[in-house]
Amino acid sequence: MDNLLLLVDAPVFSLQLLIDGLLAGAIFALAAYGMALVWGVMNIINITQGEFVILGGFVTLYLSYLGVHPLWGVPVSALALFIVGWGVYRLVIFRIVDRDLFISILATFGISILLQQLMNQIFGADIQNADPNLGTLFLFNDDVAIANIKFVALAITIVVGALLILFLRKSRIGQAIRATAQSARAARLMGIDTDRVYATTYALNAALCGATGSLVVMTWVIHPFIGLIYTVRSFMIVVVAGLGNLAGVVVAGLGLGAVENFAGFLLGTEFQAAFVFSLLVIILVWRNYRLGKKRQYLR
Amino acid sequence: MYKLAKTTIISLGTALLTFGLVGNAPAKVEGDTIVLGAAVSLTGKYTTAGNHTQRGYDLAVQRVNSMGGVKVGGKSYRLKVIYYDDESTPARGAQLAERLIKQDGVKFMLGPYSSGLTKAMAPVTEKHKVPMVEGNGASRSLFNKGYRYLFAVLSTSEQYLQEAINLAAEQAIKMGKSPSSVKVAVAVENDPFSLDIRAGVLDDAKRHGMKVVVDDKLPRELSDMSSTLTKVKALKPDVLVVSGHSKGASLAVRQTTQMRVKTPIMAMTHCESAKVTSAEKFGMRAEGILCASQWAPTMTYRDNWFGSSGDYAKTFESAYGYVPPYQAAESTASVLVWVDALQRAGSFDTEKVRDALSATNMQTFYGNIKFDETGKNIAKPMVLRQIQGGKYKVVAPTKWASDPLVYPRP
Repeated sequence: MDNLLLLVDAPVFSLQLLIDGLLAGAIFALAAYGMALVWGVMNIINITQGEFVILGGFVTLYLSYLGVHPLWGVPVSALALFIVGWGVYRLVIFRIVDRDLFISILATFGISILLQQLMNQIFGADIQNADPNLGTLFLFNDDVAIANIKFVALAITIVVGALLILFLRKSRIGQAIRATAQSARAARLMGIDTDRVYATTYALNAALCGATGSLVVMTWVIHPFIGLIYTVRSFMIVVVAGLGNLAGVVVAGLGLGAVENFAGFLLGTEFQAAFVFSLLVIILVWRNYRLGKKRQYLR
Repeated sequence: MYKLAKTTIISLGTALLTFGLVGNAPAKVEGDTIVLGAAVSLTGKYTTAGNHTQRGYDLAVQRVNSMGGVKVGGKSYRLKVIYYDDESTPARGAQLAERLIKQDGVKFMLGPYSSGLTKAMAPVTEKHKVPMVEGNGASRSLFNKGYRYLFAVLSTSEQYLQEAINLAAEQAIKMGKSPSSVKVAVAVENDPFSLDIRAGVLDDAKRHGMKVVVDDKLPRELSDMSSTLTKVKALKPDVLVVSGHSKGASLAVRQTTQMRVKTPIMAMTHCESAKVTSAEKFGMRAEGILCASQWAPTMTYRDNWFGSSGDYAKTFESAYGYVPPYQAAESTASVLVWVDALQRAGSFDTEKVRDALSATNMQTFYGNIKFDETGKNIAKPMVLRQIQGGKYKVVAPTKWASDPLVYPRP
């Protein structure tokens, strides 16, 4: 309650929370694009999402050790993870594409544990970050302070989102991906190599996660065991936005970031996640209720 | 009969080898060697700290052996430690304690790294009445269970940042204000260790009549502290206390500078493991932060094995190539406590050794050690080190201060 009064007394802090939250949400949205894609096209809920993000972060970190500016890590991590994603598909994922959801959740969960331990062995368990040294934007007498990297992250999210939509609409493989998502069987009949489509989709998802990880290591911190929150957040964003709705993913991502930040401020950080998940439940119940109504009309 | 025993031993040995354990089947004392047992984290999330722990033990063992070993009942014995990797998981730690005691016949245990692992192993050592001396489990909850065989050389966790509150009170008095005018912000991770720290800080804040304006518990999967820090910025407390292992420390250093959160006193744990003084990782952002430490190389304690604290730091650095963090120092001290107790007991009877441990009253390079009836060390205070010019300088308590406190922090 006191915290609410504080926001009423000094509204400038709500501006801080809002901007900061929206921009954090942009980073989550980038990973969520990938999850929406894999889920929509392959019907796989990819639990490995978070580990791909962290792996992308490590790629950027090691690049910065070589003296390269970490911002270059965004494309490099994306490329590296594209290759990793392709490899993971060829090793495991292709075996589970047509199986039920439970099998794919188990398999990707297994891969995520394996990746965590491998990263722990290779990179160590230390907390890492790569500083882009872009400074901070200060407004209103320092009361609002936003790290500039977060604006860069927003720009990247929007640009990548737009490119992704273009790619899916215009390119041959993009069209093949959409066709496969609509009906894999029909697509196969039309001569589309769906296996290739799945591999591309999965690798593309990993690439998006890689880019996200690169932004995460520049904005916050990473270590091998912190991937799960990015999986959970991607999942939530996709659930709220619905499949096949990239614009919705951006909106849901930004919204989630902002809501999370306000909840953390008002209720204390310990209730931040609890609040967001309660909200998810409410959204799902409400959506189910509306769907139920629609069904009644149809009858 | 003899043949049967031989076959059994051979098949047992083969079995052990098959499972990847090179079984050398030692007992508590083999010939002239005293065997200590330890499970430490060599893989998993505590790998870094686990390595410090093992190196601390190893250094002590080397030094004691090279200086003539442990004298028990007029005979000299060498020390040896059997290690297992607990993979940073408590369940594994408990299993390994069982194995060390039952299969390897270890009667003298050294602690693992972290309160969580110690908490998992203590019931096992207690059940088998095997004494354990540990230097890396600080949680209060280890010392309210009535354990008879657990001894800890380090200060318990609620003391970690209490001194920061007392410093704030001192500064308030110096500026002609009452300590009760001081506002405190607390942001700790939601885990037993950090909650202990919070309890200690809140106790002391209450004692001084201070107002706690922010009291946030950070989630374990913490990735962003900005909402808490926005609150700190809005409420302008005089003291900010952060505890969230190295993750919390790195985030706090990063985000307080990013957001220009300025509190005259900012105190944290795990500065060393987060490497906040590393210029390439953090620049000079950690300047003026107070870090809780169990021990510092500048302190003036000494003992016969290593000499002064500074000498210990030098020995460690020449062996391992880096300045020893307190996790290593307290591990070394645990071994020294065993040596002292075994020599005073003059016997390998675990009950006699336990009583000797319980009567410990000694100075080591790491600090004074004297256990109360719960087994925790009550003779050594925590110190606060302030980061000044990128270096750790002890500023509190006054007795051990090497430099004056820079207040407010730059």
